[in-house]
Amino acid sequence: MAHAKAQAHPISVYLWTWGLLFVLSTFSYLVDYFHLQGQLRWSLILLFMVLKAGLIVAVFMHMAWERLALIYAILVPPVLVLVFVALMTLESDYTLITRELFFKAGL
Amino acid sequence: MAQAAMTDTAESPSRPLGLRGVIADISSDQRAFKNVPWGKAMMWIFLLSDTFIFSCFLLSYMTVRWSTKVPWPNPSEVFALNIGGQSVPLILIAIMTFILISSSGTMAMAVKFGYAHDRRKTAILMLVTAAFGASFVGMQAFEWSKLIHEGVRPWGNPWGAPQFGSSFFLITGFHGTHVSIGVIFLIAIARKVWRGDYDIQRKGFFTSRKGNYEIVEITGLYWHFVDLVWVFIFALFYLW
Repeated sequence: MAHAKAQAHPISVYLWTWGLLFVLSTFSYLVDYFHLQGQLRWSLILLFMVLKAGLIVAVFMHMAWERLALIYAILVPPVLVLVFVALMTLESDYTLITRELFFKAGL
Repeated sequence: MAQAAMTDTAESPSRPLGLRGVIADISSDQRAFKNVPWGKAMMWIFLLSDTFIFSCFLLSYMTVRWSTKVPWPNPSEVFALNIGGQSVPLILIAIMTFILISSSGTMAMAVKFGYAHDRRKTAILMLVTAAFGASFVGMQAFEWSKLIHEGVRPWGNPWGAPQFGSSFFLITGFHGTHVSIGVIFLIAIARKVWRGDYDIQRKGFFTSRKGNYEIVEITGLYWHFVDLVWVFIFALFYLW
């Protein structure tokens, strides 16, 4: 049972993370509540989203304390999804332009 | 002895760190992921595949939303609730978000008490987590029935682009299924913890193998992932 203490961290770490997640969620809710629009809305929503996701993965899922081999194996592949995002952005722009050219009423 | 070789993940502290450590671990014999029990590595790899599934759902939602000429229904108004004659935007979704975050907090503490071999606290915290999860699914059922009552269908809705309904039901439905499975998973493991299976080395019903408290952390990984996916759904579907 040498590894039994591998992921034993003080409970305050979890409570702090919990509190931070609450605060960040409140912030992202307030973005909608105060009807912020445009680039400000977008940058804030994405910022809070990334911070919350990072906290959950790093602290709650203990990724911050794992060896780099596991971190790379799990966290690098999802980054490639960003390439997919770029492809589908181009694709949806193209579809939209085609629809605007050929349809009077949208589909 | 074979059992010990399979579950003993303790490594000598002299393993290299940093990029050199990555190369050393990956190229080492038999086990690439040091200090990690195999069950945990497998759960991470499953979660990676689940990440791709949810990425595809969110991407297809992004694509249909950006490519339609018809205005998209405003989620802030669609998901508003009437409280005391006043329309509060997204209030149910906000409550669901806080519930899921709280369930993640109790789960993280259950993992901690699991490694401390505190059976009682671990089982109670896991059951609290499961109760939070069940209430989340209940609220989602309420939200679904409200929207269905208002005429939202996978092929159309009264407010705008018909793709709204199909994206909504697919994404939240798949996430809700994950939460429901997580609740069942939590209750099953909490029962085993409560009974002391991992202290008396009782063999599993299906696997005939002895378990240990690592399963609490593995269950926790799944549960935190469900919370993680909700972070993205909340930001990209509800706040967009």
